[in-house]
Amino acid sequence: MATAEQQVEMTTSQKDILSRQSRISETVNAGLKSRYRSEARFRAYGAGAIVLALVMLVLLFVTIIGKGYTAFVQTELQLTIATSGEALGIGNDRDAAALNRADYQAQIKASLRDMFPDVTGRKERRDLYGMVSDGAAYALRDALAENPALIGQKVTLQVPVASDIDMLHKGQIDRTVAEAERKVNDFQIGIYDRWVSMGTIGLHFNTALFTQGDSRQPELAGIWGAAVGSFYTLIVTLALSFPIGVAAAVYLEEFAPKNRWTDLIEVNINNLAAVPSIVFGLLGLAVFLQFFGMPRSAPVAGGLVLTLMNLPIIIIASRAALKSVPPSIREAALGLGASKLQTILHHVLPLAMPGMLTGTIIGMAHALGETAPLLMIGMVAFVVDIPMTPMDSATVLPVQIYLWADSPERAFVERTSAAIMVLLAFLVTMNAAAVLLRKKFERRW
Amino acid sequence: MLKKTLALAVLATVATAGAAEARDTIRIVGSSTVYPFSTVVAENFGKSTSFKTPVIESTGSGGGIKLFCAGVGTEHPDIVNASRRMKKSEFETCDKNGVKDIVEVRVGYDGIVIANAKAAPAFDVTREQLFMALAKEVPQGDKWVANPYKKWSDINPSLPNEEIEVLGPPPTSGTRDAFTELVMDAACEKLPAAKALKDAGDDKTLKQKCQSVREDGAYIEAGENDNLIVQKLGANQTAVGIFGYSFLEENADKIKGAKVDGKEPTFDNISSGAYPVSRPLQFYVKKAHIGTIPGIQEYLNEFTADKAWGPEGYLADKGLIPMPDAERAKYKEAATKLKTLTAGDL
Repeated sequence: MATAEQQVEMTTSQKDILSRQSRISETVNAGLKSRYRSEARFRAYGAGAIVLALVMLVLLFVTIIGKGYTAFVQTELQLTIATSGEALGIGNDRDAAALNRADYQAQIKASLRDMFPDVTGRKERRDLYGMVSDGAAYALRDALAENPALIGQKVTLQVPVASDIDMLHKGQIDRTVAEAERKVNDFQIGIYDRWVSMGTIGLHFNTALFTQGDSRQPELAGIWGAAVGSFYTLIVTLALSFPIGVAAAVYLEEFAPKNRWTDLIEVNINNLAAVPSIVFGLLGLAVFLQFFGMPRSAPVAGGLVLTLMNLPIIIIASRAALKSVPPSIREAALGLGASKLQTILHHVLPLAMPGMLTGTIIGMAHALGETAPLLMIGMVAFVVDIPMTPMDSATVLPVQIYLWADSPERAFVERTSAAIMVLLAFLVTMNAAAVLLRKKFERRW
Repeated sequence: MLKKTLALAVLATVATAGAAEARDTIRIVGSSTVYPFSTVVAENFGKSTSFKTPVIESTGSGGGIKLFCAGVGTEHPDIVNASRRMKKSEFETCDKNGVKDIVEVRVGYDGIVIANAKAAPAFDVTREQLFMALAKEVPQGDKWVANPYKKWSDINPSLPNEEIEVLGPPPTSGTRDAFTELVMDAACEKLPAAKALKDAGDDKTLKQKCQSVREDGAYIEAGENDNLIVQKLGANQTAVGIFGYSFLEENADKIKGAKVDGKEPTFDNISSGAYPVSRPLQFYVKKAHIGTIPGIQEYLNEFTADKAWGPEGYLADKGLIPMPDAERAKYKEAATKLKTLTAGDL
């Protein structure tokens, strides 16, 4: 009786289990579709995010390159100048002092008059002279300084035209708008068309952009001064932040006792890495300029400020690199009788170096693009002369971009984009170097 | 050993910093409005003389005067550019810090224009209408209420039937200071409600009512970059922008200036003073530095030569509005004879 009852119970419980299983698989099956769907959705979100980022990046590059590629060429006029001592206002003197005080501008004007003898009105002549850049006189000066014997002969030079004519040649000025609203008047367009038909005007590589300092004349402005300023600033930053950062990281990671004080230091370093960069600028102003009396606008002060900003980044990266060296290396070295210093210098540091260098390069790329902290110490300035030492007044590439973007002359629009391209090229090179370094030397355990 | 090297390195840094005290470059700070003109002069000065090209920082008038007045010595700037005159309080600060002899040189005028896109309808506004469009609170009867105007035509039917949307400079800008003074204050003081406040001696409320700009989105602070405002005007036909005259001149094919009080913002109108929203630009020179820093006197000569600031000079090409002949002669004399400023002049 009892067994029969038990059997019945067994079968019911078995049935129960069976039915429960089938119910489970039913629910699972029913839900399966929506689970697959949600996974597909999740993937789509991720892919969408990447596509969005790429579209933004492409948009950025297209606008910058589209606007700026024309700045790498400059419209130049082929000008034949019949040089003479009289036109230069120096008579028969040919010594350096005479060449220095010679009126090259007058000589250029004379050659323009020779080119268009039919232009006689005072206003027309003024308009004509205005079509050639002041750079023409500097080009002539350089040519004659190199070879004073040329005075008295015909010299043919490629001279830059004024930025408005440059814009006209590059199609940035609309001829159809009323004359009063154009920067170039009808007379000047007539002269320009004659130059075109004579074949004396054309596009040439813009060397000024890469060899000159800043200028208020777009056709003479260059980024070389800013590039040299950036170079000095980064050298100072690198020379200070790398050794100090690595030393701090090694001490904290390998020697320092783990106690409340080192915890406090660690928290503070992490906090410093997140401090807005303008704060470091204020600190630099108070400490380096006002207390130590360093010169304003000098790369040495800029480098010190960027060092402060960079140190936390380098320390954090270096500590991570040291942490990734497995303890077995240290133990093996110690076991073979190496001292702690020997262990670190001979084994741990070389193995951690690629990681440290990567962190440093990324920190330097960050410093290269920084403007805010430099504002406070006077590096956002108009500097024409190319700095010769880190103590001279200088500016840096991103600041140059900012200054050009704010200039009213239209020709600065394309030059701004060109400077951005140069800065981006530097940044991409530095980041690529960091990636290569990591790929080549990184070791996995 | 390591300690010694470190100590030496620190000493060397301090020593080089000390050696940098001597300076052979003129340092100029100050207004971003004067910056485009003084940089041109500096560049020409650097290229035509044997002196180094002056270094010019654009710090804004107020910030520049603060640096200028900090003291005498090579670590302080030699010249400050200003888009407004030095205040009496600033002059006193200068005096207190030992900056006693200051030479004031006015260089020309700058107009602030109200402009919109070429294709958009022409504007002909009065300063009072501009105040009504931009003030945070406007008087209705003798009460001040939050600005109710949404469209220009709400203020006056003669204005375009378009939403009020003005792109202008932020409060840190000298252009904004001048706009506040020349448009907002000037218009506000004529209103009966403001007069009542003035008669009551409540200067603080008066200032707040007259100078506060609406924050409901009709006035958009477009940053210090005037080029950006010009670009946005091209893209947005209904928007109106506020910026310096030189940007209108450079972009006359894209934008057009509005008439203010019936006067068009042209070179001649600003020069003659007929256009109401214009201001003098000037710079201040520290007399104690002349002779110590090489080239200051020569820089003054370059700036005050007719080929620079004259009616046909290169600064006029860059958008500076030259002064009339008599005024130029007066400031030329101030620059050559180094006539110093007294508290009574301000």
